[in-house]
Amino acid sequence: MLLSVENLRVSYGSIKALHGLNFQIDEGEIVCIIGANGAGKSTTLKAISRLVPVEEGTRISFAGTDLLKHPADKVVSKLGISHVPEGRRLFENLTVTENLMLATFARKDRRQIQLDFNRVFSIFPRLEERQDQKSGTLSGGEQQMLAVGRAYMSGRKVMLLDEPSMGLAPLLMMSMFNALKDINREGTTILLVEQNARLALQFAGRGYVLQNGNLVLEGPSAGLLENPEVKKAYLGG
Amino acid sequence: MVFFQNLINALQWGSFYALIALGYSMVYSILMLFNFAHGDIFMVGAYIGFGVATALVALTAMGNFALPGWLVLALTILISMFLTSFVGMFVERVGYRPLRDAPRASAAITGLMIGIILETGNLILLGAQRISFPSLIETSTYQLGGVVVTNKKIMIVLVSIALSFALHQFIRRTRWGMAMRAMAFDYAVVPLMGVPLNRIAALTFAIGSGLAAVAGILFGVAYPVLDPYMGILVGWKAFVAAILGGRGSVVGATLAGFLLGFIEMFVPMVFPSTFRDLIAYSIILLILVFRPHGFFGEPYSARLRL
Repeated sequence: MLLSVENLRVSYGSIKALHGLNFQIDEGEIVCIIGANGAGKSTTLKAISRLVPVEEGTRISFAGTDLLKHPADKVVSKLGISHVPEGRRLFENLTVTENLMLATFARKDRRQIQLDFNRVFSIFPRLEERQDQKSGTLSGGEQQMLAVGRAYMSGRKVMLLDEPSMGLAPLLMMSMFNALKDINREGTTILLVEQNARLALQFAGRGYVLQNGNLVLEGPSAGLLENPEVKKAYLGG
Repeated sequence: MVFFQNLINALQWGSFYALIALGYSMVYSILMLFNFAHGDIFMVGAYIGFGVATALVALTAMGNFALPGWLVLALTILISMFLTSFVGMFVERVGYRPLRDAPRASAAITGLMIGIILETGNLILLGAQRISFPSLIETSTYQLGGVVVTNKKIMIVLVSIALSFALHQFIRRTRWGMAMRAMAFDYAVVPLMGVPLNRIAALTFAIGSGLAAVAGILFGVAYPVLDPYMGILVGWKAFVAAILGGRGSVVGATLAGFLLGFIEMFVPMVFPSTFRDLIAYSIILLILVFRPHGFFGEPYSARLRL
């Protein structure tokens, strides 16, 4: 087991967002969490990335070590857990290359960084064409490529993806998910949260269903796709 | 002739404003925070400079060797920058970091309080009498077609331009500078890049305070009288320059600092000098009406918070 989350609780002030989630991810898996808007999907990823504080009693372990003893930047640079945030959140005042370089801030392996640069540009050739352009001037699809490329540069043991399909045309969406499959095949474990449940379940091997801060269902994607409740609530009947 | 004489003085005052404005502007850009204690850090920097210069002079007297005055001044500047940067980092760590996610008004009030603590702390430590900054270099005066220029004024202007150029290069070309620009845009996601946010914040305060210390020492060289409240008015004016220059813009803060110097020096050519600040700052108010974000400035995300 690579990542294990036990009794994950998060509150925003007096509002409880997550009521004690339990889930595990094995090395090399693609796992998705589906759920409606406001169910707590983004909060789950932010808790793993240490962007939001977790409550007493929460345990998150990564490769057998306690993840919660690391601050947010070390979760990325020490543990290798990268996070593509909701809405991409690129640094629009920086160029494409600068965005990618910033993601290597804490890395010292110069040679490998260069190889990773080349790999990102081979996965997303469009980024190489636009490398000196300010990232704010990229199209939506290119921005999503850069967001994933940036995560690839920052840490690659696990990639947390928050709504990577958002705002993408169907064709772009397919090529994005194909690229993510390639990254997964090279050894990156993926945890994905999506509102687009059908897409997420087609892409992932296993899934969890999050409802109002509780995980209510789990299982292999094929099973969830056939599950009547999932069909009714998330797949449009 | 009067015009060129004023130009020289405007450049000198502009240098002080520019050096202080840089610290204001950078802190504002990366943390969305006005460090209202910054004028007082200028004052502390001047006093630290006084201490370092006095110690260096005493040291050379004791060891019975002579160092050239400009070398003592250069050493004073470097050592004081280093020491004052710790004052800035301390202020950030103790005063602002606990308030990172608090309402901005709390941070602003904290800045004002820290300013008062620095002023009155100095008062208790060194007493109310003004102290005079040791004269490290001889003044030589040059006549250029009726305009009087001193070596000190030339040095002050060159040092401030050189430092602001160096800072500009640092922010454009190093990974630390890149992290600062990223923080200016959207600081909440910067940790996801593996960037230690607190260290960038501390570095920014260190650089800003170091530059304020240089301004303090140069001020001491030009007007060798220091008092604990010397930072208040100069600090506010530099703050105006920072806003006028645009958030996080090194070029903007520098140019605005000089512009402030110019307006202040040229208004009395036309109006009675008692009207100087009234008219000077009315002009600036007018500029801000048309350019509320200043001349330049880093853009920032509409969703600065995660």
